[in-house]
Amino acid sequence: MRLITPIAKRLARLALVLLCVALVSYGLMMASPIDPIDAYLGPQMAQVSPEQRALIAQRWGFDESPAVQFGHWLRQLVSGDLGWSHVYNQPVSEVIGQRFQRSIALLGSAWLLSALVGFSLGVVAGAKEGSKLDNIISTYAFITASTPAFWMAILAVLLFSVTLGWTPTCCAGPAGALNQEVTLATRLHHLLLPVATLALLGIANITLHTRTRMLELMRSDVATHAFAQGASRLDVAWRHGLRHASLPAITLAFASLGELFGGSILIEQVFAYPGLGQATVAAGLRSDVPLLLGIALFTALFVSVGNMIADSLYGVIDPRIKPGGL
Amino acid sequence: MLTIDQLSLQLPLYTSWWKRDWATCLDEFSLWVSAGEVHAVVGASGAGKSLLAYAIMGLLPTPAYLNGQLYYQGKPLNASHQRQLRGRELALIPQSLSALDPLVRTQRQVAWAAQRAGHSSAHARHASQQALDHYQLDARAQQAYAHELSGGMARRVLTAMAHVSQAKLVIADEPSVGLDPHQRQRVLDALRELADQGKSVILITHDLRHALPIADRVTIMRDGKLVETAPVCAFQGSGASLTNAYSQALWLALPDNAFATTGMSRRQQEANVA
Repeated sequence: MRLITPIAKRLARLALVLLCVALVSYGLMMASPIDPIDAYLGPQMAQVSPEQRALIAQRWGFDESPAVQFGHWLRQLVSGDLGWSHVYNQPVSEVIGQRFQRSIALLGSAWLLSALVGFSLGVVAGAKEGSKLDNIISTYAFITASTPAFWMAILAVLLFSVTLGWTPTCCAGPAGALNQEVTLATRLHHLLLPVATLALLGIANITLHTRTRMLELMRSDVATHAFAQGASRLDVAWRHGLRHASLPAITLAFASLGELFGGSILIEQVFAYPGLGQATVAAGLRSDVPLLLGIALFTALFVSVGNMIADSLYGVIDPRIKPGGL
Repeated sequence: MLTIDQLSLQLPLYTSWWKRDWATCLDEFSLWVSAGEVHAVVGASGAGKSLLAYAIMGLLPTPAYLNGQLYYQGKPLNASHQRQLRGRELALIPQSLSALDPLVRTQRQVAWAAQRAGHSSAHARHASQQALDHYQLDARAQQAYAHELSGGMARRVLTAMAHVSQAKLVIADEPSVGLDPHQRQRVLDALRELADQGKSVILITHDLRHALPIADRVTIMRDGKLVETAPVCAFQGSGASLTNAYSQALWLALPDNAFATTGMSRRQQEANVA
């Protein structure tokens, strides 16, 4: 019983967050100047009579008021149906499912890489302030932290794909190849550059925050006491530093799940990688409301669950933070 | 055991962002401690007591001017020597309870202290257990985190960390602060016991009354300068055997004595109350 109440509370809050996200996204889509029927018809727009347009609008339910449309969507959602995407002509859940499989490979490896590398670099840099290594790592982190991801991606494509020819320029597999024919090695080859670029985005941030926490620790009473016991800098960094610095790193890593999601939209666009990010852009440009709402909900869920995991991890690392308190 | 000869310490002081002055924190301070002795260093806040401890341990902040000589067992104590001896021969019981890592269980921290003193990890665990048992910290306290300990327990954990290192010179920085009389007595008794085992203890405190029952000699310090070093027996009666007016006044100002403030400036009074 003690466990059920906080979990129920969290789920209720999560549902509320998702509802707000859906409402805001829906409102923004309604305010968007793109007409879904025009976007659907494309160049054939001129050949369609107003009667036919009215027919399409009726078939898709665009003739009803926005509130009624949203109500429809919500009722469907409760019964487990995310709706129909007119851009891909598939159920939304299928589009998200397929795309997410591709995106998770990109996102997951970039996230893991940025968290692990970022944390290690931060600890190493913070262990000895002002050392040569610290200067190199800090300089690198400041430069990459202030570099836009898409610009970095374009430079990477220019250098590694176009000039050097080491990596493919686009997509998740060779153009024209069937999904089943693509080997794992080819997939990894196609993933390499997008993952590296996306990881750069996360590494700098986590490095800088971890470093700051480490500097704070190395000047604290805890470190002075450890030095008084004859501990070396390495000893203090290893025994005390890792624990203390992991708190901000965990916060950032899980909070940056959302950022990576946003970053991945830009990166997928540059690398023409067929993941969720590309689907988001397509849905936005062609006013595919159900798909966009589905993706927005999915992203919000992803980020919320990430934060929940971070919250429960705090309690494991810092005994002063009790899990379960809301 | 330890001899401090004419030690002067200056720390940078930024009066404005372009101007750096040097503040004198220790001024030709001399002191010697022998084995088996509790040597109390008494002074008001800001007298330079804690800095003296850091100077002996070699833990001063980097921009610092240190003059004079330190000798440990007859040999000059320089920075590299201090680094070797820290945790093995020299131990510090810090003033602040925040010296305990809030994220690590008590016993583990004591075991780390033992490892840093050169014990193997298996032996360190055993030694830490023994040290904590010795200071009457039960199994629950041993597995507790710092925030779950009372002030007195945390003090005893810090003492256990110094004890486990087997150091020959223990510097206790304000160990009696913020404790009730019972707890304070336990902590001070523990220090006396260390001295009785043949170790040297430097007891830094602002309260003369806490130091007298366990100390052999007392050094009074004021504004970084040595006022007087006297055997503990000089602190009795009207303090007539004390040679310095400041130490006499300090002794007489205690509530158990004359409680007198005659001839003292306001500053001195405050120093005594602090």
